[in-house]
Amino acid sequence: MAKQFLDIKDVNTSFEMDGKYYNAISDINLHVNSNEFLAVVGESGCGKSTLAKTIMGLHDPAYTKISGQVDFEGHDLLKMSEKQLNHYRGSKMGMIFQDPLSSLNPLKKVKDQISESLDYHTKLNSKQKNDRVIKLLGEVGIDDPKLIANEFPYQLSGGMRQRVLIAIAIACEPDLIIADEPTTALDVTIQAQILDVLRKIRKENHSSIILITHDLGVVADTADRVAVMYAGQIVEVGTVQQIFEHPLHPYTRSLLRSMPELNTTSDDLYVIDGQVPSLKKMPKTGDRFAPRIPWIKASEHEKNPVMHDVGNEHFVRCSCYKHFYFPDQKKVSENNG
Amino acid sequence: MWKTILRRVLIMIPELIILSVLVFLMAKAMPGDPFTGQINPKDSLTQIHHLMRINGLYDPWYEQYWHWVVHLFHGDLGTSYEYQEPVTRIIAQRAGNTLWLALLTMILTYVIALPLGIYAGRHEGHLQDTLVRIYTYATMSVPFFVVLVLGSWIFGYGLNWFPTSGSVSPTASGFLPVLLSRLGHMILPAVLGALFATSSITQYLRSGIIDAKHSDYVMTAQSKGVPMKAIYKHHIFRNALLPIAAFAGYSITGLLGGSIFVEQIFSYPGMGLLFLNAINYRDYTVITALVLLYGFLNLMGTLLSDIALSAIDPRVRVK
Ligand SMILES: Nc1ncnc2c1ncn2[C@@H]1O[C@H](COP(=O)(O)OP(=O)(O)O)[C@@H](O)[C@H]1O
Ligand SMILES: [Mg+2]
Repeated sequence: MAKQFLDIKDVNTSFEMDGKYYNAISDINLHVNSNEFLAVVGESGCGKSTLAKTIMGLHDPAYTKISGQVDFEGHDLLKMSEKQLNHYRGSKMGMIFQDPLSSLNPLKKVKDQISESLDYHTKLNSKQKNDRVIKLLGEVGIDDPKLIANEFPYQLSGGMRQRVLIAIAIACEPDLIIADEPTTALDVTIQAQILDVLRKIRKENHSSIILITHDLGVVADTADRVAVMYAGQIVEVGTVQQIFEHPLHPYTRSLLRSMPELNTTSDDLYVIDGQVPSLKKMPKTGDRFAPRIPWIKASEHEKNPVMHDVGNEHFVRCSCYKHFYFPDQKKVSENNG
Repeated sequence: MWKTILRRVLIMIPELIILSVLVFLMAKAMPGDPFTGQINPKDSLTQIHHLMRINGLYDPWYEQYWHWVVHLFHGDLGTSYEYQEPVTRIIAQRAGNTLWLALLTMILTYVIALPLGIYAGRHEGHLQDTLVRIYTYATMSVPFFVVLVLGSWIFGYGLNWFPTSGSVSPTASGFLPVLLSRLGHMILPAVLGALFATSSITQYLRSGIIDAKHSDYVMTAQSKGVPMKAIYKHHIFRNALLPIAAFAGYSITGLLGGSIFVEQIFSYPGMGLLFLNAINYRDYTVITALVLLYGFLNLMGTLLSDIALSAIDPRVRVK
């Protein structure tokens, strides 16, 4: 039986702006089982990166407030000192970032950037480190690892750079890998290759992967479970099947309906009106998604929406899902009635 | 790497040719002739024409240019009308003074600017940063010559801490006393020059450190478990400092330009003072030689910086 080795409880992260703190993610409760592939989806600005950086401890404490608990193999990451955290980062958990070019130091060779992780977490000598770097580059699908190891980031293509970032993240075979939109900056064919690399790593290293994406399309045949985020909150969590076959929350359903792959005719493509509220404009009460589905009566939403267990570990926020319909569907039912 | 350097040096050849042609044409365009002052006033105009002819001054300009270049390569830049000495010798006597002063100024500039820039960048937005920024704005908003005049007035004439003219005391003898006397003459102008030059380097370094601090690659390093101290050393300082170290070559331009003010106000016998005097006395051969030399030193400075930058930043090498 898989055990919950990452358990996020009641996490809130807020940023200081003009002397006041604004919540970027609220009441996050989420767990990851060992060797599980979890996808976190949501439009840009929903707080996905904030969540990832909260887990990794990458926020600047000078202007960030974090509350709650992030238990990792039984230890609360949020209570750790910077020094304790550095034992975990790189060795037990690694992160892959969205922009492969800016995430690599332009002045350092690929091999030095990968072996930097080995410097802090292993006792390998320089020859062994070199061999390990070459092996890692091979594992992430680079054909000529010896050559690439001696290149600088600017000499590589976007896909190559992303592979190098993955090699950095998996250098010490961490149990948890967080990939924050690793394919957003890449073309479609390269995207598929990068996802393949992630799937392979998960299988061979038995690690858990949190894949953050705004593209539900990449999730269906990669993830085990999906967490949907909207405006800093998780609005629905379930297995891939539950989310794709029985989506409940209006936001999940809108996202799915706006996926080009599922809607073969382009005139049928659904567009979610409006946008994710900024931190300063976040509604204090009520369903945060309500303003974008104005045809749903206010009384259908909960005042302070909470998560509901709909069985089999499928959770959804707010009971409005029971009354949700798309505008065109409404018309159909009215005509019929 | 070597290819980049070779290419960069080769580019300098046309630059040098253009510089020399411009300087030569400028010299030609200057009013007057070199003989009127040298011959007996009773001699006729035809005598001057004769001298002009036998000296090749009526030849086409490109032939004259060619002669000039040949002489240049033999270290012959002509004779100063004012000093009645070879120009090369006059310049050689003074170039050392200017270059030592420039070097000392540059060292002081970096000694002041590096810690200030690092300190401000590291404590971005805090009191330390604000103080450094007040300093840089203050030194930037006061004109250079005001700083010099005030400095020499207060620390030279007023407090009498430093000499206010010359490059060495005439009474000093022996290696150490001469060296100390030279340093004593340089220190005040060098410090004032450095105070002025620090502001731009400090600001440049401060923003370099802040940019590096907030860069994505620093976050990557953090996610590897690298302690912040090591990140500062291997990623932030390195990436912010190296371009600034390379910048030293470019700053030669500023120093040479500044030396004209500094040497005038401190009556310091260097190339800058020589240049001003040469302009006063219409000493054209000296002016030409100095313009050529300044131009050459600037090109060399840029060359040094370009090479240093390409050694540091691999991205520069591709272009
Ligand atoms: N350091 C920060 N300071 C202030 N606001 C921030 C900061 N980082 C993110 N935000 C805000 O928090 C919200 C969530 O951002 P983010 O986590 O980057 O979303 P996502 O990764 O889902 O696109 C956005 O409104 C964003 O503007
Ligand atoms: Mg993001």
